[in-house]
Amino acid sequence: MGVNFLDYTLRVGGEAGQGLATIGGALGQVFSKIGFHVFTHQDYMSRIRGGHNFYQIRFSDKEISASREMVDILLALDLNTIEIHRKSVRNEGFILYDSEITKKKFEEPEFIDIPFRKIALDVGKKSVMANTVATGAALGILDLGLEAFRKVIRKAFKDKGEEIIKDNIACAEAGYHYAHTNCPRCEAFGVREPEYRKLMLIDGVHAIGMGAVMSGCKFYSGYPMTPSTGILNYMASRAEEYNLVVEQAEDEIAAINMAIGASFAGVRAMTGSSGGGFALMTEGLSLAGMTETPIVIAEMQRPGPATGLPTRTEQADLLFVLYAAHGEFPRVIFEPGDPKQAFYLTNKAFELAEKYQIPVFIQSDQYLADTEWTYEKFDLEHLIYNDYRLREKDLEGVDVYKRFKYSSTGISLLAVPGEAGKHLVVADSDEHDEEGHIIEDSETRIKMVQKRLLNKLPLIKKEIDPPLLYGDSSPKIVLVGHGSTYGVIKEVIDTISKDYKVAMMHFSQVYPLPERDKFDYIELLEKADLTICIENNATGQFAKVMRAETGFEFSHMILKYDGRPFTIENLKEELHAYI
Amino acid sequence: MPTSEDYQGQVPAWCPGCGNFNILSTVKEALVELGIEPWEVLVVSGIGQAGKLPHYMRCHTFNGLHGRTLPVATAAKLANHSLHVIAVAGDGDCYGEGGNHFLHTIRRNPNITLLVHDNQIYGLTKGQASPTTAQKTHTKIQPYGVLAEQMNPLALAISQDCSFVARGFAGDQGYLKELMKAAITHKGFSLLDILQPCVTFNKINTFKWYRDRVYKLEEEYDPSDRLKAFEKSLEWGDKIPNGILYKNERETLEEGMPTIQEEPLVRQKFSIKDVKHEIEKFY
Ligand SMILES: Cc1ncc(C[n+]2csc(CCOP(=O)(O)OP(=O)(O)O)c2C)c(N)n1
Ligand code: SF4
Repeated sequence: MGVNFLDYTLRVGGEAGQGLATIGGALGQVFSKIGFHVFTHQDYMSRIRGGHNFYQIRFSDKEISASREMVDILLALDLNTIEIHRKSVRNEGFILYDSEITKKKFEEPEFIDIPFRKIALDVGKKSVMANTVATGAALGILDLGLEAFRKVIRKAFKDKGEEIIKDNIACAEAGYHYAHTNCPRCEAFGVREPEYRKLMLIDGVHAIGMGAVMSGCKFYSGYPMTPSTGILNYMASRAEEYNLVVEQAEDEIAAINMAIGASFAGVRAMTGSSGGGFALMTEGLSLAGMTETPIVIAEMQRPGPATGLPTRTEQADLLFVLYAAHGEFPRVIFEPGDPKQAFYLTNKAFELAEKYQIPVFIQSDQYLADTEWTYEKFDLEHLIYNDYRLREKDLEGVDVYKRFKYSSTGISLLAVPGEAGKHLVVADSDEHDEEGHIIEDSETRIKMVQKRLLNKLPLIKKEIDPPLLYGDSSPKIVLVGHGSTYGVIKEVIDTISKDYKVAMMHFSQVYPLPERDKFDYIELLEKADLTICIENNATGQFAKVMRAETGFEFSHMILKYDGRPFTIENLKEELHAYI
Repeated sequence: MPTSEDYQGQVPAWCPGCGNFNILSTVKEALVELGIEPWEVLVVSGIGQAGKLPHYMRCHTFNGLHGRTLPVATAAKLANHSLHVIAVAGDGDCYGEGGNHFLHTIRRNPNITLLVHDNQIYGLTKGQASPTTAQKTHTKIQPYGVLAEQMNPLALAISQDCSFVARGFAGDQGYLKELMKAAITHKGFSLLDILQPCVTFNKINTFKWYRDRVYKLEEEYDPSDRLKAFEKSLEWGDKIPNGILYKNERETLEEGMPTIQEEPLVRQKFSIKDVKHEIEKFY
């Protein structure tokens, strides 16, 4: 692979219901606690039991941002995993399995037969602890010690009591020692522990949720739909601690109308769904546009059309979100590239939604939703919180409050009903006058469209940051991506930059497209020989937005629409067709 | 103390003689008599003739989408439960387009009042059948007459243990006002279905038609008896009961939410520094 730093990948495979997420999640935490940079991603089927799933953990002493195809350790919880993934194991790699479970013995040197279940029964008296044994065994192969895993176990079972913790730790130790003593080739691995660093481990969904909480979001309504459910879960789990109201709506129509109702009543509100659920929200989106009610919407994509591939990933809703809902009104779409961007962009989404009284989208996908990354920290000093909601004292001197008063910025005062003294707040989905009452005359209509849309748009555009340029500053080849392809493109740039004048241009603030006064990204693209737009969809939706908004046409496209994310290897391979 | 003048809104654009006028003046009177000030009330509505009512009042109003009144009203109440939240809807709006929300709002039991202007027809869109239109009624869209069974919203609400279920008649404003006051002061989700003649499109259910049939529930009627209430709700035809058919004391949605017990959500101050420690959970 040509890497000269430590870089290992572990893949845990098995059936749904076998506890892959527990093992994978624990390993991710262990590596990040020791101080490795971690990148995890999940591949699972839409079923609760059976089928084939895997959880992949890559760890390194350098920053990493994508998954690899080839693995160093395959932890197989069933025979199927061995059959499917055996060819992805590198020559020096290992396959850990339990021949009692697979009902088949493998004699090749890469196989290490570890009686996960038997050890669990002998040591922990429960077969469910086989997962703990397996996790311990993986760490044993790597010779990484058990201190971090003990901490993870204590945290995970803190509510289950001392007994369970003790038994799990004993199982972890037994697995560790068994693997350690039965692995003659392990020295070749040479994992060196990094200098201890305190790293955080976070996935896209949690980053969005935490971003919302730290932006003062007080109300979240949603209806479960993969992969947006994680945000709903997170918000509900934090409700008590941060005094949030979280409501599971009867459907997505109710969910968005609830968010609008709560926001109208005076609190920051958010809703979220995936494509199919968001389709139901489009009516409400238009209502937010008309009533100028601030809301943040997380649209977490999965492949469609219709119910599509429920647990897989794709970036095929960009044009839908861009054009969703009837009528014309301003909106903003952010597509974070990693959890850190997801966190800050959620914060910016709330800021812009409140400031301009518009709907703002955080658009992401399954891949980023449950992909974990490590960071030293998020800089919380950079969070923005301005309260644009006006209460009684803020309205002193205002004679008659008019919710939709004309203004050159298009922004009217946003008062909190019931908290604004005797001022009344009136909003209407019909076209309305400055006070919020129904009208039908053409002059008022024109003025309202100007206020609501035309006056606000240029100001909103100024708030959008330019794309990120990474790599060569006057590149001959530019790889352009948006949203969750950020990490993989970045790593590919790292591996090919010594041979080519190449750069990545990544858009995380995709609509409206940024102005070109600070950084003329179109000029840069026009100067390059090759401009390749890389997207996780079949039609190049971002390329279409670029063409429609700027007239720029990419010279090539790399499109992937098999429901899976790009890996470093397959993106490099695709690139070879052009460079 | 507020007066009816304080609640004076725009000039209504309803047809002369429409039952909605009586409902409008009755709502205002009920609020005045309860001593509720316009800035303490939020009226939420959807779309339809009934949905226009908030514009003819002066108070906080949110006139949203057809059928979507209840989710907006519920969430507004959760955000600020110090407001009196009144949801206003037509029968098509509430029982047709918004049927699912109706069902689930009963289950949630927010402390809000729902006034349904039940004219048994679609008014604003000019005379199509609504869920409460009688079977066999002919309209432009139902040339063989309405084939679907007429919906019984009160029986449905009682079957779901709705906290307060009542029926009023726009032709008897005195009694309607009593019912409205009871609905507004009731703790829990209160449904008041109001028989509202549409003088333009509903030639069957006229003021006279209702007047010949409606009667008040007897003094000794016990609204806590759910089975009895269910029986009463099935009465429709020559005799139509008016009054509070059913009432219970269920925990409200707001009461069940620990995070808003000390203060309404809108009054809770937010500061980034109070939530910063959240990040520690990811180390
Ligand atoms: C989503 C949607 N569908 C349809 C309409 C058209 N529409 C407006 S009012 C209405 C029905 C009105 O009937 P009802 O709710 O009984 O109220 P009424 O006018 O009789 O008071 C309809 C179908 C709409 N505005 N929005
Ligand atoms: S159409 Fe019917 S409901 Fe509408 S205003 Fe006229 S009479 Fe009233």
